[in-house]
Amino acid sequence: MDWSLPLNASTQGEAIDNLFWLIFWITVTAFVVVEAGVLWFLWKYRGRKGRQARYTHGNATAEVIWTTIPAVVMVFLGIYSGRVWASIRSSDSYPDDALTIGVMAKQFEWIVTYPGEDRMLGNADDFTIRNRFEIPVNEPVVVMLESEDAIHSFFIPEMRVKQDAVPGMTIPIWFEAIRTGEFQIACAELCGLGHYRMRARVVVHDPTSYEAWYDERSAEAFAAEE
Amino acid sequence: MATIVAEASGMPVLVVEHEMPFIRKYVFSTDHKVIGIQFLFFSLFFLLIGGLLAVLIRYQLGWPGKAIPGGGVLPESMAPQGIMLPEFYNSLVTMHGTFMVFFAIMPLLVGVYANYLIPLQIGAHDMAFPKLNMASFWISVPAGLMMMASFAVEGGAAGAGWTSYAPLSARPDLSGVSLGQQMWIVSLVVLGLGSILGAVNYVTTVINNRAPGMTWFRLPLATWALFISAILILLSMPVLSAAMIMLLFDQTIGTNFFLPAEGGQPLLWQHLFWFFGHPEVYILILPAMGFVSEIIANGSRKPIFGYHSMVFALIAIAFLGFLVWGHHMFQSGMNPALGMSFMISTLVISVPSAIKVFNWMGTLWEGNIQFHTPMLFAVGFVMLFVIGGLSGVYMASTPVDIYIHDTYFIVAHIHYVLLGGSLFAIFGAIYYWFPKMFGRMINDTAGKIHFFATFILFNLTFFPMHGLGMKGMMRRIYDPAQYEHLSEIQDTNTMVSIAAIALFGTGIYFLVLFFWSLFKGKKAPANPWNATTLEWQTPSPPRHGNWSELPVVYHGPYEYSHPDMDRDWLAQNERPDIVSPAHPELTDQVLAETGASEEPSPGTHTDGAG
Repeated sequence: MDWSLPLNASTQGEAIDNLFWLIFWITVTAFVVVEAGVLWFLWKYRGRKGRQARYTHGNATAEVIWTTIPAVVMVFLGIYSGRVWASIRSSDSYPDDALTIGVMAKQFEWIVTYPGEDRMLGNADDFTIRNRFEIPVNEPVVVMLESEDAIHSFFIPEMRVKQDAVPGMTIPIWFEAIRTGEFQIACAELCGLGHYRMRARVVVHDPTSYEAWYDERSAEAFAAEE
Repeated sequence: MATIVAEASGMPVLVVEHEMPFIRKYVFSTDHKVIGIQFLFFSLFFLLIGGLLAVLIRYQLGWPGKAIPGGGVLPESMAPQGIMLPEFYNSLVTMHGTFMVFFAIMPLLVGVYANYLIPLQIGAHDMAFPKLNMASFWISVPAGLMMMASFAVEGGAAGAGWTSYAPLSARPDLSGVSLGQQMWIVSLVVLGLGSILGAVNYVTTVINNRAPGMTWFRLPLATWALFISAILILLSMPVLSAAMIMLLFDQTIGTNFFLPAEGGQPLLWQHLFWFFGHPEVYILILPAMGFVSEIIANGSRKPIFGYHSMVFALIAIAFLGFLVWGHHMFQSGMNPALGMSFMISTLVISVPSAIKVFNWMGTLWEGNIQFHTPMLFAVGFVMLFVIGGLSGVYMASTPVDIYIHDTYFIVAHIHYVLLGGSLFAIFGAIYYWFPKMFGRMINDTAGKIHFFATFILFNLTFFPMHGLGMKGMMRRIYDPAQYEHLSEIQDTNTMVSIAAIALFGTGIYFLVLFFWSLFKGKKAPANPWNATTLEWQTPSPPRHGNWSELPVVYHGPYEYSHPDMDRDWLAQNERPDIVSPAHPELTDQVLAETGASEEPSPGTHTDGAG
C-alpha cells in the first residue's frame, strides 16, 4: 500500500486534496518540531550524578509565543477551510442547471431515480434503477439523498463525496465528475448486518454515451411498465 | 537537617486502627483507597475483555472469512464453525467501544484515581460522602455484569456502534437486536448514575476538604484535572442518561423521539449523544494529562513549567469541550452553516492542548531526567498524544472531513488519543502509584520491557490505519474485500492485525506483571520517587483515614531542585524554614500567607478554602 489518496475524479476533490496536503505539511512540521524537541531534551538533559535541574516555574514570553503560533495557524486554516466548505456546501454554491438525480438508500441497496426529459424529479416520467448510478462527465449533478430506514452514508471515494442519508430528510448534495470511468458507492455509516456489502456501481460517461445510456434505460423502464 | 524534619513531619505517629470485619473493610468499604482499588480490578478486567474483542475484530479484518483458531467454541449465532457472522462483527465493534470507553478507560482514570488520589493529594481523611462513594462502585458492578450478559441473549449484544445512532438502535427490525440493545441502554444508564454519584463526591471533596494551606493554586495538577473532569461528568452525563431513556422508550413503549415516521428526528439523537460525547472525550483525556504532569515534573526533577497556564488550559479545554460536539456531525445532514461555527470552535480547542504539550517540553528542558517506567509512559503519552492531536486537525477542517469522516483515519485518531494517550498515561499512573496503593514495587526493568513493546506495537498497529483511511477504508465494515477501492490494502490489514494481536500480548504481560508484583514485588518505601505531593508523605499503603493529623501545606505541588536545598525535592507539607534556615522572616511570611501560622489541633477537620 502506498500512502496516497485515490486518484481524484471530481471538481471539489481538487480543492479538498489541496487542503488535505496543506494540513499534511503543517502537521508534519509540528510533528517533527515537537518529537525531535522531546527526543533532544531527553538526551541532552538525561539524569546524571551531580546535575542540578534548573529551578524555574515557567516563562511568560514562552507561553505567549506558543499560544500565539498555533492560534494564528488555526485561524488561517479556519478561514481557508471555511472558503472551501462554502464552495461545496453553502446554499448558493449549488449550480442552477444541474442534472438532478434522486437516491434512496435502504437496507442494503441504493435506489436511483432519474427525471424524464423535463429534468424534474417527482412526476410520472421518472424512472428508477437499483444499485447503478450513471452520470455524464463535466456536468454538475445534484443528488437528492433520502433514506427509507436506518441512516446510511453516500460515499464515492474518488469523487470525495460523502453525505449521510437520514430518514425523514431530503439532503441535496452536488458534485461534478471530471473523469470518465467506473467507480463505486460505498455505505459509510453502520446501517445493519449488510452494511459491509451495501455498494452500487457508479459509471461516469462521456456526454454521447450518457445520452445513449439514458435513452435506452428510460425506454426499458417504460416498456416494462406497460 | 532537612531530612530529619521531613521524616518527622510526614509520618503519622498516632495510629488508630479501627477493627472492622472483612466485608466492611474490603468489600463494602467506605475507604476511598479501597474503593479506588476495587475500581482498578473492575476496570482492568474490562480492559482485558475489550482487548479480547479487539483481537476478534482484527482477526476478521486480517483474514476475512477464515475460521478463527479456537473459534469453534463460539455459538452458531456468533461464528458457525468458527467463521464470524457480520451481525456478530457489528456486536464486536459496538461492545469493544462500549467496554473500552465506559468500563475500562473512564473508570481507570476517574473511578480509580479520583477516588484514590483526591483525598490523599488534598490532605483529607476521606471523601466528603464516603457512602455515596461506596454506592458509586457497587452500582457499576451490576452495570458491567448486565453488559457482559447481553452477549448471551437472543439476537446477541447491541450492534449499532458504541454511538448507537438511531433509528438503527431504536428499531429492532433494522438491527436484528432487541433485548441486547435494551440491556446496553439500561447498563449505561445505571453506570452513568454511578459516575454522577462519584462526580458529586469529587467536586464536593475538592471544594470543601482541602488541608490548611492547600490553596487552589497549590493543588497538584492530577487533582485539578480530576476536579475539572468531575464537573464535566456532572454536566454531560445526565444528558446521555436522558437520551438513553428516550431511546429505550422508542424501543419498548412506542414513543417516536428518534423515529421520523411519526415526526421524530434521528439527528436529535446525535445532538444529544455528542453533547455528552465530546465532553466525554475530554473526561477521558484531562485526567491523563494531569497524571502525566505529575510524572513529568517528578521525572525531570523540576517544577512543572507554566503551572498556571496548565490549569487555565484545563479549564479552557473543559469549557470549549461543550461547544464542539457538532464536529462529529459535519456530514450528518446538519445545516452546513453550523458546520462553519463548529469548525472554528474545534480549531480553537486545539490551542490549549498545544499549550499543554509545550509546557511538558518546557518541563523537560534543563531538567535532570530520571528514566523510571512511569516517566517512560508519560513521555510516550506526550509523543503519541501529539500525533492524535495533529490528526484531529484534518477532521476539524470540514472539507477534508468530507473525505475522511467514518474512515480508518478516524479509527487511527481515536486510538492515538485514547490508547496512545489515555491508556499510556494510565499505565504510567499504575506504575507510579502502585507502590503507594499496594506497598510493593513493580520491577523497573520488567516495566521498561512492557513500555518499549507496547510503544512499538502500538505504532505498528495504529499508524498504518491513517493510510487505510486515506485509501477510503470505511469504519465498521466486516469485509473490506467487497470494494474495488480497497482491493490493494489487504496486506496492510493483515500486518496491522498481526501487530494488534501482539499488542494484546503485551497487555497480558502487563497483567501478569501486575499480579505478580502484588504478591511478590519488593516492599515499597513511603516515597520511592522522591515526590513532593502529599500522598507520598504517608506510609505505603496509607492507613484508613490517611492522616492522624491533617498536614499543613506550605508550597506549590512541584518544588523540585530548589537551589537552596541539599536534596532535590521539598514536600508540600515541609516547613519553609528547611529551605532557608538563614532567613526566618521568609518562614513567617509563608506561614502568614497560608493562614496556618498556628498548628491546627490534631484531628480537627478544617476546611482549607484559601
